[in-house]
Amino acid sequence: MILTEEQKKILNGEYGNGKAMAMQVLVGMAKCFDAPRLVPISRVHISMSAQEGDTWFATKLWRAGAVCAVTPTVNPGYSLDYFKGKISDEAVDNMQRTREAYEGLGARMTYCCTPYLADNVPQYHEIISFSETNATIYANAVQGAYTNRESSASALCAAVTGYAPEYGMLLEENRYATVAVDVRAKLRGDFDYSVLGLLGKKIGGGVPVFYGLPEKISTEALIGLGTVLNVSSNYDTFHIPGVTAEMVREHNKYGERVQREVVITQDDLDAALEAFSPAEEKEISYGVFGCPHYTYDQVAELLRLFDGKPSRVPVYVLTSGRVVLQARKNGVEERLRALGVDLIPDTCVDEYYCWGHLADRFGVSDSLKGYYYMQVSGLRMAVRDTATCVRALQEGVVR
Amino acid sequence: MTNEVFSCREISAGIAEGEALISDDRILFYHADFASGTICESGHSLNGVCVKDKILIFPGGKGSSVVQMDGMYKLEKNHAAPRAFIVQEPDTVLVSCTIVMGVPMVDRAEKEFYSTVKNGDYIRVDTQKQTIEILRRAQKE
Repeated sequence: MILTEEQKKILNGEYGNGKAMAMQVLVGMAKCFDAPRLVPISRVHISMSAQEGDTWFATKLWRAGAVCAVTPTVNPGYSLDYFKGKISDEAVDNMQRTREAYEGLGARMTYCCTPYLADNVPQYHEIISFSETNATIYANAVQGAYTNRESSASALCAAVTGYAPEYGMLLEENRYATVAVDVRAKLRGDFDYSVLGLLGKKIGGGVPVFYGLPEKISTEALIGLGTVLNVSSNYDTFHIPGVTAEMVREHNKYGERVQREVVITQDDLDAALEAFSPAEEKEISYGVFGCPHYTYDQVAELLRLFDGKPSRVPVYVLTSGRVVLQARKNGVEERLRALGVDLIPDTCVDEYYCWGHLADRFGVSDSLKGYYYMQVSGLRMAVRDTATCVRALQEGVVR
Repeated sequence: MTNEVFSCREISAGIAEGEALISDDRILFYHADFASGTICESGHSLNGVCVKDKILIFPGGKGSSVVQMDGMYKLEKNHAAPRAFIVQEPDTVLVSCTIVMGVPMVDRAEKEFYSTVKNGDYIRVDTQKQTIEILRRAQKE
């Protein structure tokens, strides 16, 4: 592997220990994945988590004097404002230590897992380093940026040094579709695209290109598809003719190296949802939305679906600080609150400190990924499309 | 006394000795009891098995971009972590985590190693020499 003079200086500690440590990680990764060199990156998103391991590493780099060469955006932890008085002192201290380390490193504390919609929007074929699997696949597939599926640690190292190892998705040859997925089912709403994402085992490894989908697909549906593809399996990117960036710009070029074909039927979709979240009639005691973070349109749609009839149980909607501010300005936040629906900024579903009190209780969500992570904390949920969730919340029973 | 040496490739530097423990499945260290080092994932080939102080032989990692490191960190903090990893398909998350945490890891172990190693064999991983040695065979039951 060839390092530039500048990269050697970083590795040898001429810019301090912190940068040298970050460079060691990148060089180790480059060797492992046979990357010939490290290339400059112009954007970074870090799946910061406020979990112990992640905070430990960020603190270690910060204490060693590292400062980010490329200002990263970061994932949510939990909002100390919203959870004030509701979480332990230990939890407050933990979030503060995470914030202190990342701020010290020079991160932009956006606390949002959909940075590609605002704040940190990649350009076509821009070389970037994004961790957070929903962000990585959206940036690669929908926006046509070049990023590997980084870990929070490797993305932080990229931010500190300004470089990433050149392998995988950073090489054009690896971005061609390898498996054609013929969808012989009618996808009616955004939720159906999430269910399609559950079929990772059937689709198999590689880069999928989806045929048989509508010409216009919503941003939220595309977020859902990419997100759940990385719940059921692991994918770096996907293609949809006329929709995703590389196929829009280069027509069918990225679909010309397909090696096998998979057919997905309505029965496959129904069976996948039934296996993940079986149909049942059951009382519920909460609802959770916003994994990944809800967009403004999803927040507004939720208000429309409630149609003035309040929820019988508490409803938590996770979104960005930016969306909460807009909703506040427009009166949407107030109207939702009157229905029993809280908009919560800066917070992730995967935070035991915030959601552990719901353990063993039954709720509803429209997020397959959210449930996948919350069940680790002991929560039990039915996962349904948003309209079904809203009806369940209004009746106190999911059907 | 056996002394069989097999070649491998260094991913994360270090030298470690311990009992071999083989997993057929990919591992996410988040799904473990951090105090004891026991894997807790129903359906996993190591469900209920303790990984503390073992040299783990497994296909590779899985799971999202951040929980893997959290799991490894908590095991390490409780002195319940494995001593080294021998993998077949390293992924970005596992590679960056092992380098960051200083856990020795190798891949590309030669075929003969996989056909001969058994659970409980006492083995030594040396990433600088890029070798795995079987120092003692497991006691027969």
